[in-house]
Amino acid sequence: MAEKMKLEIVTPYSKVLDMEVDEVTATGKIGEFGVLPGHAPFLTSLRIGELTYKNNGITDHMALNWGYFEIQDDKIIVLVETAEASDAIDVERAKAALGRAEEALKKLTPEDKQHKIYEAALERALIRVQVAGKAARK
Amino acid sequence: MASLKSIKKRIVSVKNTRQITKAMKMVSAAKLRRAQENVVAARPYAKKLGEVLQSLAGNQEGDLHPLLEKREAKKLLLVVVTSDRGLCGGFNSNLCKAGDRYIKEKQASYEQISVMTIGRKGNEFFKSRYTIHKNYSNILAKPNYQTAAMIAQEIIDGFVAGEYDQVELLYNSFRTVMSQDITFQQLLPVLAETAAAVEETPVEYIYEPSVAELLAEILPKNIEVQIFKSMLESVAGEHGARMTAMDSASKNASEMIGKLTLQYNRARQAAITTELMEIISGSESIKG
Repeated sequence: MAEKMKLEIVTPYSKVLDMEVDEVTATGKIGEFGVLPGHAPFLTSLRIGELTYKNNGITDHMALNWGYFEIQDDKIIVLVETAEASDAIDVERAKAALGRAEEALKKLTPEDKQHKIYEAALERALIRVQVAGKAARK
Repeated sequence: MASLKSIKKRIVSVKNTRQITKAMKMVSAAKLRRAQENVVAARPYAKKLGEVLQSLAGNQEGDLHPLLEKREAKKLLLVVVTSDRGLCGGFNSNLCKAGDRYIKEKQASYEQISVMTIGRKGNEFFKSRYTIHKNYSNILAKPNYQTAAMIAQEIIDGFVAGEYDQVELLYNSFRTVMSQDITFQQLLPVLAETAAAVEETPVEYIYEPSVAELLAEILPKNIEVQIFKSMLESVAGEHGARMTAMDSASKNASEMIGKLTLQYNRARQAAITTELMEIISGSESIKG
């Protein structure tokens, strides 16, 4: 496997990741997708979800929050609002956020403006817990 | 000549001032470092997002999205980013003057020009001169993305509703610690590179979902990021400017203390001489 792709993950606060990888899987707006070296130019929006990358057989996970994914000439640029590596996630905090969002959602009806916000918060927390769990199992 | 006591008092007071300016310089230097890191961290995101946007918008023709729509520009909104606090040299006043000049130039070609200010200093300057559309103060101490997103939403809503046809952003961009660049930037309508630029990159992208949907998400995002970036740049510039201003203030204070000390010593010597003369002449008269 000589060919590799360059993966860059950038958030408004920092450049989270810049490395060579063999394979990337991410959650797009209309479903999960994976890319390998030599992929055609591709641009999609990401939803709250998980990004997995493989390098030399080592797999790593990241929790992403809403952004874009672009690949061109084996260069991947991921623009996201937040990105957390699986081992950097504070599980306690994520679980607390999960509980809070669930509580809030119980009281709200889908018509409320807040409903959407808490739904997103719930989804984010879920993904964080999930990704953190994967790191622990590793 | 001023009395010894009054000179002494002045020296003490200037020393106190120097103490303060020195402290402010230190604080600014520390804050500058953090602000600078933030700017450097945010730049790649803003740049990349701009690139993605260009490759999206450039490849398409027509009015795909209301934010790309070029209307006859009659109503202009100028968004001015200044600092909340003063004591940073010409940082705010230079920017405000540039904004003022700009508005005067443009007044003829627009029906209405209003100003939105981010930062207290800009508000103070513009409120007596022009219509203030909205003011955001005291949000720059800790610029965060949510605030920027909120402001962006305001601007976008106003644009879509037709309150203004063109939005320009004016801020100090951070170049070096010593210098800031006054920067004008058009926010809305979003300027997409024309077809000429596209031909250089005839890459056929696969878009998912559709281009229109992607644009609808990325355009507002871009405004948010631009505002966020301008806030960060401005904050870094402010600390840089304050540091420089306070440094020169400290230097001036030191110089003043030197001069006053000289004056003080002269006055003291003069007083001693007079005293001596009095004693000598007194003793002379007794002898005689």
